[in-house]
Amino acid sequence: MSLVVQNITKRFSDFAALNDVSFEAQPGEFLALLGPSGSGKTTLLRLLAGLDRPDTGRIDFDGLDYLTLSARDRRVGMVFQSYALFRHMTVAQNIAFGLNVRPSKDRPSKAEIQATVQRLLKLIQLEDLGKRYPSQLSGGQRQRVALARALAINPRILLLDEPFGALDALVRKDLRRWLRRIHDETGVTTLFVTHDQEEALDLADRVVVLKDGQIEQIGKPLELYRHPQSAFVFDFLGTSNQVPANLSDGIADFGGFSAPVVSPKALNGAQTVRFRPFDTHLHHEGPGFEAKVLSLLPAGANLRLELQSPTGQVFETQHAHDSEASDLRLNDTVYLRPSKVYAF
Amino acid sequence: MTVNATPTPGAVPLATEGYKPPKATHKARVLPGFGLSLGITLTYLSLIVVLPLAALLARPWEHGLDGVWQTISDPRVLASLRLTFTTSLLAALVNLFAGLIVAWVLTRYEFPGKGLVDALVDLPFALPTAVAGVSLCSMYAANGWVGSLFAPLGLRIAYTPLGIFVALVFVGLPFIVRSVQPVLAEFDAEVEEAAATLGATPLQTTLRVIVPSLAPALLTGFSLAFARAVGEYGSVIFIAGNMPFVSEITPLLIVIKLEEFDYAGAAAIAVAMLSLAFLSLLLVNALQLLLSRRGRA
Repeated sequence: MSLVVQNITKRFSDFAALNDVSFEAQPGEFLALLGPSGSGKTTLLRLLAGLDRPDTGRIDFDGLDYLTLSARDRRVGMVFQSYALFRHMTVAQNIAFGLNVRPSKDRPSKAEIQATVQRLLKLIQLEDLGKRYPSQLSGGQRQRVALARALAINPRILLLDEPFGALDALVRKDLRRWLRRIHDETGVTTLFVTHDQEEALDLADRVVVLKDGQIEQIGKPLELYRHPQSAFVFDFLGTSNQVPANLSDGIADFGGFSAPVVSPKALNGAQTVRFRPFDTHLHHEGPGFEAKVLSLLPAGANLRLELQSPTGQVFETQHAHDSEASDLRLNDTVYLRPSKVYAF
Repeated sequence: MTVNATPTPGAVPLATEGYKPPKATHKARVLPGFGLSLGITLTYLSLIVVLPLAALLARPWEHGLDGVWQTISDPRVLASLRLTFTTSLLAALVNLFAGLIVAWVLTRYEFPGKGLVDALVDLPFALPTAVAGVSLCSMYAANGWVGSLFAPLGLRIAYTPLGIFVALVFVGLPFIVRSVQPVLAEFDAEVEEAAATLGATPLQTTLRVIVPSLAPALLTGFSLAFARAVGEYGSVIFIAGNMPFVSEITPLLIVIKLEEFDYAGAAAIAVAMLSLAFLSLLLVNALQLLLSRRGRA
């Protein structure tokens, strides 16, 4: 067992930032901490790095009690959201910093430090920019320098706070793949914080979903997506349509039509059920939820529709471009039937 | 671009040959009011700085170049220039360290009476310099509170160059503190935390990360304190003793010349002093430019 977090609680004056949080990370695992802002994910990262102390609980790494160690003795590589590069140092000096500040008996020789810096510059594909200053780099390049600086100390754990937060969409996607590759090459246990569900599901081995300082669910991306344990997880991981239904024996009855129910527990009786935009069929006649086409978005792999029911509720649905939805026009009346619903 | 095809009849050419778009008379600027604000800046600087200095530059020549040279090369004048500039430099250097520590304490720690200490820093600004001179003098005289402590050691402070140094340290302190304080206050806490996670001790973080990034602010404060010290008169003349060749500062010498109605002589010394001060400030500015290139570019 690599990283063990047990019953961590952290309060800021009256506000519980983290409440009884426990999870474990396997050696070399790539873990995402996913949650909306204010869910406590950055606080958790800071506790792991030793920049804050929890009120109660334990943090162990390979049998080492991390709470007895200060931030500088934990050998945790932290990449800050703002990158926090040293502005007056060149890229190479930034990367070498963690090695240069070691006490002389542990410090590698000048040549070794030089070699490490070169190796890392190559890893982050900025071999020719070692002499530049951070201000002369683009956002994506700074991000990579911050990562190389954290990797230079040969960290036990790598922590990344919203690593792609400040970057534009294209660079983000590129860096995402690249980060995964770096992780696979170095094999260091990595935790990253994000509020972007797509990023978390795309990148991580497992995802820890946080809400209001508590863990909602931990699981592999597919598991999380297919079997959400709570309405929050379902809603947070994608677009969610909600309708009332009558449940019995795993079937949701909407009065005239029905759909199978996916649920973590057996439910019966009147319930609100949820469905994804793509778990739907559209029909020209009932039964179904009657709705008018409010908007048509043809961009992307799917046709995206917004439908409005007579009561004013708006549904979002997605359909293949060559499906029954392709010749719909604005204000057409359709009947919507979900093919699969979720209940909690 | 040349177009070889014959134009279709009836087609209207987009632009006739030889057509040039009207020349932009000025570049579009994001901030309006450049002309007005630059005008005000230049007029103001001319009236307040350039004009009096020009008058000063015009003044010393009535006895010719030779007369000016005679005045400046007077050993008494040279001694005073040396004294003024070296004590000013030393005082600014001492304040560089002391001011950094004061700014550090005021931004980094919370303690009772912090507001009071913060206000104290500005006192040398507010006090009439003559008052400062008199009180410093009574403190550091051989029979004063502080002076009597040093007197048994054979160290005299008042009425020696050491006294001048003390007075210049006194007037220079606020400049360093006030230039460094805001920069230190806004220093990104995450940068410090990054240094800590990389294994730096608090001392290493301070010396390798924080202080280097304060360099531009320190330099600004240093040059302000130095410039102020070079021009300081009121507080120094009371404590200096004003012995020619030993503790006579250049500003005093200028006043002495004025009292002898030797206006040309006074102006000549003033011009010499001005040139030296200008050169020093130019040097500091060049250094500043170098530093800011490194940090931003």
